[in-house]
Amino acid sequence: MLELRGVNTFYGYSHILHDLSIRVKEGEIVVLLGRNGVGKSTTMKTIMGIQAPRSGEVIFRGEPIAGLPPHKVARKGISLIPEDRRVIPNLTVYENLKLGFLIREKDRDLEAMLETVFGYFPRLKERLRQEGGKLSGGEQQMLTIARGLMAKPKLMLIDEPSEGLAPKIVHEIMEIIKRLQQDGATILLVEQHAEAAMRLSTNLRAYIMEKGEIRLHGTLQELSTRMDEVERCLGAKI
Amino acid sequence: MFSDVNWTVFFMQLFFGLALGSIFVLLASGLSIIYGLLDVVNFAHGTFAMLGAYAVFVAVSLSGSFAVGIISAVAIVALIGVLVELFLLKPLYGKDPLLPLLLTFGLSVAVPDLVKIVFGLTGKPVAYPEGLSGATLAGPLILSNYRLFIIVFTLVILISLWLFLKKSDLGMIIRAATRDSLMVQVLGTNTSRIWTIGFALGTGLAALAGAIAVPMLAATPDMGVEMTMTAFVVTVVGGLGSLGGAIVGGLLIGVIVAFTSLVAGEYSNVAMYFCMAVILLIRPRGLFGESGRE
Repeated sequence: MLELRGVNTFYGYSHILHDLSIRVKEGEIVVLLGRNGVGKSTTMKTIMGIQAPRSGEVIFRGEPIAGLPPHKVARKGISLIPEDRRVIPNLTVYENLKLGFLIREKDRDLEAMLETVFGYFPRLKERLRQEGGKLSGGEQQMLTIARGLMAKPKLMLIDEPSEGLAPKIVHEIMEIIKRLQQDGATILLVEQHAEAAMRLSTNLRAYIMEKGEIRLHGTLQELSTRMDEVERCLGAKI
Repeated sequence: MFSDVNWTVFFMQLFFGLALGSIFVLLASGLSIIYGLLDVVNFAHGTFAMLGAYAVFVAVSLSGSFAVGIISAVAIVALIGVLVELFLLKPLYGKDPLLPLLLTFGLSVAVPDLVKIVFGLTGKPVAYPEGLSGATLAGPLILSNYRLFIIVFTLVILISLWLFLKKSDLGMIIRAATRDSLMVQVLGTNTSRIWTIGFALGTGLAALAGAIAVPMLAATPDMGVEMTMTAFVVTVVGGLGSLGGAIVGGLLIGVIVAFTSLVAGEYSNVAMYFCMAVILLIRPRGLFGESGRE
């Protein structure tokens, strides 16, 4: 469904992504692991068109999308759930969700889509009239994922959903991500903590990044047999 | 302590202040929308108001109708706004934030000169529209019909603007883009188009302010300079990027100017800046400014 081939991305003069190649197949969750600042979020921004790659290809459903602006990438069916959540604070929960839905110009049934999304996030239903900025961190994270879902994306890019949240909420969010996949979603998930990803399933494919490059690749199961290397890359015991 | 005459003067002056303040509110809300959405400090804001005043003059001379004058003024100036945004401002986004400021400052110098070449140096008067020229008696108060019209008209415009921003999808997108335009784009909206619309909306409001002021002031090439300054004072007092702030700030400054001109006419501008300085000292982000805005 998504393929990056030899992607190089720069911020000004600094070379962030080096010949990055990754692949996500329809219906799977792929995990991108790595320490802080190795280029995981930049990978997401590159796919989304926020930071266009200087060279290399980004192919989505057989179509090159590198260099397209973010709104066009979104219209191809990719939904980014960014790190730091980015709930629109001055819009209500309802308006935030509606903002995610506006992309579906031909689809008029907002209510039906809301009901689908509340199936995953029943808590948001009680908060509909509240301003996004007044939600708790966990609720904001749920709202961001829900807002991404409203677009009925073909691929979701979820960037560090566990960041800064209590373990109980992280667990809840990971369960929801698992359910999303069972319901047919394709997800590229960025995580800093391998154990959070392990909790989803050990069969997931994972890429481990270091200094803007892919160092290791395999299912979490396979990677767990090469613990030394993994721990060296992630800089932590697992 | 006060005699009846004093109270009459007080309310008359308050009425003048509110009418004047209404014009300021229209000016400042446009400035505020542009700043909030595009992060552009529009030094040519009063210039757009001046163009609105001249557009009314031309349209009224051609059609004889003040209503046609106002509508065409807004349409023409908003169109000019679109062209300025598309061809002059757009290439400057993402570069030094000083550049849009310099560009609009340049426009505020160059455009009045163009107007002088086309229309000459003398002011162009527009007569009070029919039916709004007299005055209404309310007890001891003599309220000029045109000033009453300004207040009611501004109220109607503000309510429509509020409904547009709160109830329509486009208004919702504008509010969202004011806070986080990248996220709005990631969600699938072409934000570059939203900026053009926002600039047109802001300059259209400026044109409206210039247009309704014209029967009282006459259109002059340099009227924009003072209007820009007033719009900035109001926006700073009310709080940058806040529509509520533009409303309260505009009315407050209007009333302050009206009362000072009663006591000491030559100090009315000084009073306005003094008020701004005091507010900045007590509350640097303005009355309704949001703290920690990105």
